[in-house]
Amino acid sequence: MATFASAEWVQAFHESINASKSYEEAAKNWEGDFYFIVEPEGSQTERICMYLDLWHGKSRRAFIAKSESEMKPEFVISASPKVWRKVIEKQLDPIQGMVTRQLKLKGNMAKIMRAVKAAQELVNCTTTVATEFPE
Amino acid sequence: MWYFANPLIVFGDDALEHLSGIQGKRALIVTDRNVAKLGFAERVGNELAKAGLEYQVFDEVEPDPSVQTIKHGGQVALDYQPDWLIGLGGGSSIDAAKAIWVLYARPDQEPDAINPSEFLNLRQKAHMIAIPTTSGTGAEVTSIIVVTDVEGQRKTGVMSQEVVPDIAILDTSLVMGLPPQITGDTGMDALTHAIEGYTSNWRSDFTDGPALIAIKRIFEYLPCAYNNGSDAEARMHMMHAATLASISFGNAMAGLAHSLGHALGGLFHTPHGRAVGLFLPYTMEYLVETTSNLYADIAHFIGISNGSDLEVTQALIDRVRNLAKTLNQPLSVREAGIEQTTYEQALPALVERAENEATTITVARIPESADLERMFRYAYEGKPVDF
Repeated sequence: MATFASAEWVQAFHESINASKSYEEAAKNWEGDFYFIVEPEGSQTERICMYLDLWHGKSRRAFIAKSESEMKPEFVISASPKVWRKVIEKQLDPIQGMVTRQLKLKGNMAKIMRAVKAAQELVNCTTTVATEFPE
Repeated sequence: MWYFANPLIVFGDDALEHLSGIQGKRALIVTDRNVAKLGFAERVGNELAKAGLEYQVFDEVEPDPSVQTIKHGGQVALDYQPDWLIGLGGGSSIDAAKAIWVLYARPDQEPDAINPSEFLNLRQKAHMIAIPTTSGTGAEVTSIIVVTDVEGQRKTGVMSQEVVPDIAILDTSLVMGLPPQITGDTGMDALTHAIEGYTSNWRSDFTDGPALIAIKRIFEYLPCAYNNGSDAEARMHMMHAATLASISFGNAMAGLAHSLGHALGGLFHTPHGRAVGLFLPYTMEYLVETTSNLYADIAHFIGISNGSDLEVTQALIDRVRNLAKTLNQPLSVREAGIEQTTYEQALPALVERAENEATTITVARIPESADLERMFRYAYEGKPVDF
């Protein structure tokens, strides 16, 4: 069991992506890296920046950035821990999350909208990671 | 958390006269040359003049407006500095007006990268009125803009709650002269919006009612509007039905027929309403196993009451095909005039596009690539989906 947004969790997510045939197929043409940012809330006082470099159906690199300026990813998606949990537990569709500004996106929305299937499979990959959410 | 967004809707006799009471200095009317030639832009302008507004007409919107046209319109707006944007026409003109409104407020914005999580602050620069001249797309009430990437032969739908127009004016006199082909195409678009809005995973109490009323009106009045374009009652009910259908799908999202229809339209330029209407019965058949309770609701509401959920759903699908036949719509891709070899070659691209439409993930049974390919093949042959 890994704590959400810990280095251990990011590594497990990275491995889950690389083990997923469904993601590999859906994202075979995808080129683009991300920050998934967990905003401070409750006992968490600092922003956590999870970096993922997604390339042609694989995760090339994944780690927690030391600071937000460490990488310059093409996409940045940020949300509170509560919202990330809803996405991972499939209680919130990512597009609905963006429309209602619970998930904030920086980057080209059109590129994301042309890769809906890959995004869906990416969420599916998180569900295979045994995740513990801090209260 | 989810939203239900809707503009003020002005309807009934002489609805266009609402414009003579608006406040402001300048309006930019965004339309296409055909609508301008019909004198509709002038009629709108005359009402604006009564309110003391100057106006300018940008009539360069083409069907499936390109990013280039939208950027040009955005520059026209920046030069003219209107406090009202008026989208006048079918879905293309209204969508172009929405996108031009965005570029006017945010010149740095790429039209196909409009992002729903970003604040655009559109109303600090202008407000928007949408005036449809067809009864189908319902763009007058939605938060969606369809932008066409000409090079990539692909339509992309972008969303922002801020682009829902402030006012939608439904004046039946603007649709009285529509030719039967456009009446049929746009009417099938409205029916698809309503059925898909009612059956979407994102449906809500707020979207169910408009969808059901729209479906009932469409089955009742679309054949009349098609057969007799000057039937004012039929035109009025179809205009209202199209808007209601979009109030539903615009807040609940469309479904699979839109995924397949957008893919076909992007590659073969089949008119939007014809394409989505063509795929509607096939996608309903595909969704029967997960969605028949909702299709049964619809069937009961329009008076199909004898039988199990599955039986009334089948009767509803038959009713959709019969309506399309009455309107001389193609019942298969072959009948739409697409050559088989070309279609076969395009299948991988069609599947890839359909799979990556947001409307593919709002249905209860999300198809894998293989199922999408089969659906495309069945629809080519006109064979009911049985898998």
